[in-house]
Amino acid sequence: MLTIKNLKVSIQGKTILKDFNLEVKSGEVHAIMGPNGTGKSTLAAVIAGRDLFDVDEGTITYMGQDLLEMEPEIRAREGIFLGFQYPVEIPGVSMANFLRTAINEKRKYLGLEPLTGAEFLKLMEDRKKLVDIQSKLTNRSVNEGFSGGEKKKNEIFQMAMIEPRLAILDETDSGLDIDALKVVANGVNKLRSPENSTIVITHYQRLLDYIIPDFVHVLYDGRIVKSGGKELAIELEEKGYEWIRKEAGVQEAF
Amino acid sequence: MQDITENISAQQRMIDLYKSNFKLIKGAEPQTITMLREKAVEIVRDQGFPDLTTENWRYTDIDPLLRSPYDFNFTNQSRPFDIEQIFTCDVYDLDTFSVTLLNGWFVYKNAPLTTLKNGTIIGSLSKALEVYPELVSKYLGTIAPMEKPGLTALNTMFFQDGLFIYVPEEVIVDKPIQIINIVNSENPLMLHPRHLIIQEPKSKLTLVHCDHSLTHNISFTNSVSEVFLAKESNLDYYKIQNKGHNSAVINGSFFSQMSASNLTSSALTLNGGFTKNIIYSLLNEPACIATHNGLYLVDSNQHVDNQLEVDHAAPECTSEQLYKGILDDEATAVFNGKIMVRRDAQKTLAYQNNKNILLTDDAKANAQPQLEIYADDVKCSHGATVGQLDPEAMFYLRSRGLNERSARQMLMYAFAAEVVRRISIQPLRERIDHMVEKRLKGELSICDQCVLHCNSKEPTVFNIDVSKL
Repeated sequence: MLTIKNLKVSIQGKTILKDFNLEVKSGEVHAIMGPNGTGKSTLAAVIAGRDLFDVDEGTITYMGQDLLEMEPEIRAREGIFLGFQYPVEIPGVSMANFLRTAINEKRKYLGLEPLTGAEFLKLMEDRKKLVDIQSKLTNRSVNEGFSGGEKKKNEIFQMAMIEPRLAILDETDSGLDIDALKVVANGVNKLRSPENSTIVITHYQRLLDYIIPDFVHVLYDGRIVKSGGKELAIELEEKGYEWIRKEAGVQEAF
Repeated sequence: MQDITENISAQQRMIDLYKSNFKLIKGAEPQTITMLREKAVEIVRDQGFPDLTTENWRYTDIDPLLRSPYDFNFTNQSRPFDIEQIFTCDVYDLDTFSVTLLNGWFVYKNAPLTTLKNGTIIGSLSKALEVYPELVSKYLGTIAPMEKPGLTALNTMFFQDGLFIYVPEEVIVDKPIQIINIVNSENPLMLHPRHLIIQEPKSKLTLVHCDHSLTHNISFTNSVSEVFLAKESNLDYYKIQNKGHNSAVINGSFFSQMSASNLTSSALTLNGGFTKNIIYSLLNEPACIATHNGLYLVDSNQHVDNQLEVDHAAPECTSEQLYKGILDDEATAVFNGKIMVRRDAQKTLAYQNNKNILLTDDAKANAQPQLEIYADDVKCSHGATVGQLDPEAMFYLRSRGLNERSARQMLMYAFAAEVVRRISIQPLRERIDHMVEKRLKGELSICDQCVLHCNSKEPTVFNIDVSKL
């Protein structure tokens, strides 16, 4: 589904990712872990199409197409979803209006009829249950006045509504208490299917107790220095990142 | 030199016009009002009109407007008729007591002055001058300062009609009163409507003031409103401007507040050609609240200027100014917000905020906050921003599948929503909300409210002969 080859990304001349490679197949869950400032969020943003970064080298192929040639909205309509680390507040725009616009623009792109009001409401009710989100959130303006946990739940709710093929969750677990974490994980697990894939970006192993990954990658200094199964996450939790640093032979401290 | 001579001639032309039409203008008004006019003539003669060197007028050039020739309607050319035949306000579910001014003259079906069951008087100022000369003379001209640079003196020279409202003590006017100002003229027209609103203690009123033009012809409106809020009275005042590109409006609103009165004003400029709103809000006595909200959405070469002054003359009053604008194409906006805190006005809370979004490199916004504080125990703040749409928010929306255009519209709408949702009348809020949305999508036209639909297929040239209706 997604193939990243030799990716080199910089911002204002400063290299953030280099020689980065990743292969994600349908139905897989990949976890990308690593200390702060190693390029995890940059990777998520580049896949989603944020133009803040320069892709200096390498390719990203998604469903056989050159992803880097697509505008962010085209990537979204083709099935890529980014769960933001810091979701943006949009006062005055209701969740319903926002999501209906998003869904219908995607449907139009795919050559489908737009959802009617009734169909949309039904979908919303259905997905609210799926991710255990309270009605009051969907009646409000997008993220406005939401707590940190509510914002993250709302990202998962949006994901459930939009039904992406490839979801990238950028530090969706940060700042969540254990109950909110379970809600988020539950949502992701319920939406898991052989057709779609998830990339979970996280600093801590905690979320991976609930979302069981097929692969764990450790991102360090802009590239993947170690990959393994779910047991790698547990090992990291026990030994910390220092061990990886030594193994990878990276010189500078962090 | 040429400018000065031209300016003098504009002054002289106005004075000559006044003199030759004096009898028509004066009508049956009380002597005190005529004396006020004479004083206005002197001020116009001595001070002239503001130009680009005048404080608060530096970015708004009215010289070309004053130099153009206009028709003046010194006699009321409208006859009693049903305004709904040419215009319907499409704010659904807005149950209002609605009155109309056509080319500055009060239009009525039955009588020029109506007294509601609760004693509230609504109607034509011209008629009120005849019927209640003492009441009108007591207030008219006392809060609108003719000496300050502006066109208040010019309005005082020429005004003949406008809206008059009197709300007696403890009366709560439950239906909003809506005044629709329509300009409809084949020739360029200058008009000077004058409005007077008097609220006695503990009264409550909602006033919705709509400016519309029915044609795309040239007009210059120089209106003055004076509003008096007695002790513990409450006014919710809306000014909605949706006018053609060829219309120019100078709109002075002057508010005088007594103790513990509460004023909310909202100036919503959806389309305006050339607009200058002047708001002066005087807090005479303690514990007053004054909230001034504004929203302006302008494009092409439109110009909007909001000049506000909140004058804290008594302690423990609270004021807030929130003005937001979106500017497209080559549109220009000016915000002149002043907070004056006089020596006795301790425990004043005064806030001011002006935010602008520029959609192009050619749009310009000038924000000039001014604080003048003579008391020491006060809390005052001001902020002004001029910027573009937040790129992070744009990306958030696009990453959900919205195209750039929809994302921009949604963010602009969200920006405007902060002002729109302060509108307390629900049907009006919904309607304005809808109009703002349409405006941002480029679908709103000044003909939206006009049942003639002159603009849909036919050329805009048409003439409503009101006398035939």
